Amino acid sequence: MKILVCISKTPDTTAKIAFTDNNSKFAEAGVQFIVNPYDEWYALVRALELKESGAATAVTLINVGGADNDPIIRKALAIGGDDAIRVNATEGDSFYVASQIAAVAKEGGYDLVFTGKETIDYNNSSIGGMVAELLDLPYISLATKLEADGSNLTVTREIEGGEEVDTLSAPAVISCQKGMAEQRIPNMKGIMSARTKPLTVKDPVETEVLTSIVAFELPPAKAGVKLVSADEPEELVRLLHEEAKVI
Amino acid sequence: MVLIFADQSEGQIKKQAYEAISYGAKIAEALGTTAEALVLGTVDHASEALAALGKYGASKVHHASDAGFDAFDAQVYTAAIADAVAASGADVVVFSHTTTGKAVAPRLSARLKAGLAAGAVGLPDTSNGFVVKKSVFSGKAFAQVGIQTAIKIISLNPNAFGVKLKEGSAEIAALDLKPIAGKVTVKEVNKVKGTVPLSEAELVISGGRGLKGPENWFLVEDLANEIGAATACSRAVADAHWRPHHEHVGQTGGAVAPNLYFAIAISGAIQHLAGVNRSKTIVVINKDPEAPFFKAADYGIVGDAFEVMPKIVEAVKKMKAEG
Ligand SMILES: Cc1cc2nc3c(=O)[nH]c(=O)nc-3n(C[C@H](O)[C@H](O)[C@H](O)COP(=O)(O)OP(=O)(O)OC[C@H]3O[C@@H](n4cnc5c(N)ncnc54)[C@H](O)[C@@H]3O)c2cc1C
Ligand SMILES: Nc1ncnc2c1ncn2[C@@H]1O[C@H](COP(=O)(O)O)[C@@H](O)[C@H]1O
Repeated sequence: MKILVCISKTPDTTAKIAFTDNNSKFAEAGVQFIVNPYDEWYALVRALELKESGAATAVTLINVGGADNDPIIRKALAIGGDDAIRVNATEGDSFYVASQIAAVAKEGGYDLVFTGKETIDYNNSSIGGMVAELLDLPYISLATKLEADGSNLTVTREIEGGEEVDTLSAPAVISCQKGMAEQRIPNMKGIMSARTKPLTVKDPVETEVLTSIVAFELPPAKAGVKLVSADEPEELVRLLHEEAKVI
Repeated sequence: MVLIFADQSEGQIKKQAYEAISYGAKIAEALGTTAEALVLGTVDHASEALAALGKYGASKVHHASDAGFDAFDAQVYTAAIADAVAASGADVVVFSHTTTGKAVAPRLSARLKAGLAAGAVGLPDTSNGFVVKKSVFSGKAFAQVGIQTAIKIISLNPNAFGVKLKEGSAEIAALDLKPIAGKVTVKEVNKVKGTVPLSEAELVISGGRGLKGPENWFLVEDLANEIGAATACSRAVADAHWRPHHEHVGQTGGAVAPNLYFAIAISGAIQHLAGVNRSKTIVVINKDPEAPFFKAADYGIVGDAFEVMPKIVEAVKKMKAEG
């Protein structure tokens, strides 16, 4: 089985969220970028484990983005993976990105496509489902566990208030979240070998975009906390009941 | 026409579907059209349960009752919903951004080449195009997403709009749809019994590492039981195996948007806030006045949770007794 792991670049979880150009762009100045945690910790590591156990034969990383994404791709390669593909495109909505991934997945004949649950910047949780539909493949979203026996898969996914266990056969698309694997810290050998792993740059296929971001906005600032003395818990209960009306 | 996918599970319409219908009805009102619901699979007491969707603003409910829809397969659902969209001539399709919505809405978007606003938090603005506000950066900002296609798909963040009750009863229209052959077999469905699922909870009581060990969770549970809340925890707590992982909220855990998020002995790290900052009211109990969580809170007590929490539970009991 060949696995294609979708890797995206996101601002660090502690990055300051601000916008420029008349609130049309995320302010990147001074922001540190990371591999989207869901992609790195869960999708990539589970793919690597499947290769280590012999269930998978190859793990390829894919990113749709500009050349400034290469350091992030190398960071992911330092954790593992045989090679990477970057589709050279800087603009485009979820459908555009998904179309690029679907084209590569089809051409390369991958048996499994792994994505993260969502990117921590745009929180769409959309790419996996779109790729699956474009390839006419089954899709298990928000997976917390995956076992492979040959091409037979047993996948556990989150549902409201619990979980569901599904069986299916590869090829399939899976979106991954906590539970799938444990985060790995890259070691020196990984970092060194990542530098020389093949990173192929491809031109995008022609695709339409269906949506565009018109503007960003920040939520209104909180009014500030109302502190109640530790000796007056009745007052807190009263405020929650009469003022906030939540209990 | 605005078509709302009303998701059911084990024969019951899901709670989030009522909110999605309320939201879709409001959109229909603004567009001068009707709001109609789509239900797939077997529904208990179907004639009453489906007619009741009228109370949220659906004038009609399209019901494809084939039992082949009872087990979920995103591919099968998508094909059916696409057929229903075509048959009904819907130009806006609404989902709830739940586990089902997240699996199906993007597939439908790719299938119909219809733009999707995923995780919407507001009504579309149609004064100049069709623009939907959605949550981004894990609740730390919003984006206005313009949808450029003829058919528009929106998945609404749970608890972002609220359920709006109206008068009325929906007309039920049987929809003759057969499921396509699916490739996924559902083997088991395991729901946490007896507790409010975190993602659906309106009240959430959450504990952090400051509670020192799982044996002290009565400090969280007593209040939760008293007010009928779900329980949650920080990642530090789940990582220490004091609490199950499904209770972990934050950037890498679940995201919640309840009316009340009550945080006990949680520092309020930015990654934790990312999962809870869409809550309507945040209460923080922490012994450290400098804890970052106070900056995100609406109400707070600086104090020792071991002393404060039992008193709060007593105060709630007293309030309930007094009515
Ligand atoms: C990439 C990344 C992703 C992450 N994702 C998440 C996530 O999804 N969710 C998450 O929660 N964390 C996440 N974290 C971890 C996060 O940074 C914090 O480490 C974690 O939230 C801390 O948990 P805590 O507040 O329970 O514990 P601590 O930070 O140890 O805080 C304990 C708090 O309890 C208070 N306290 C102690 N004793 C008492 C007492 N007797 N009474 C009252 N208060 C008391 C202390 O003052 C302190 O504020 C992530 C981190 C990274 C780097
Ligand atoms: N530009 C991209 N290149 C490659 N994979 C991506 C890209 N954007 C998103 N993904 C993948 O799709 C998942 C879901 O992203 P989203 O639908 O944008 O929330 C991410 O966790 C990644 O695995």
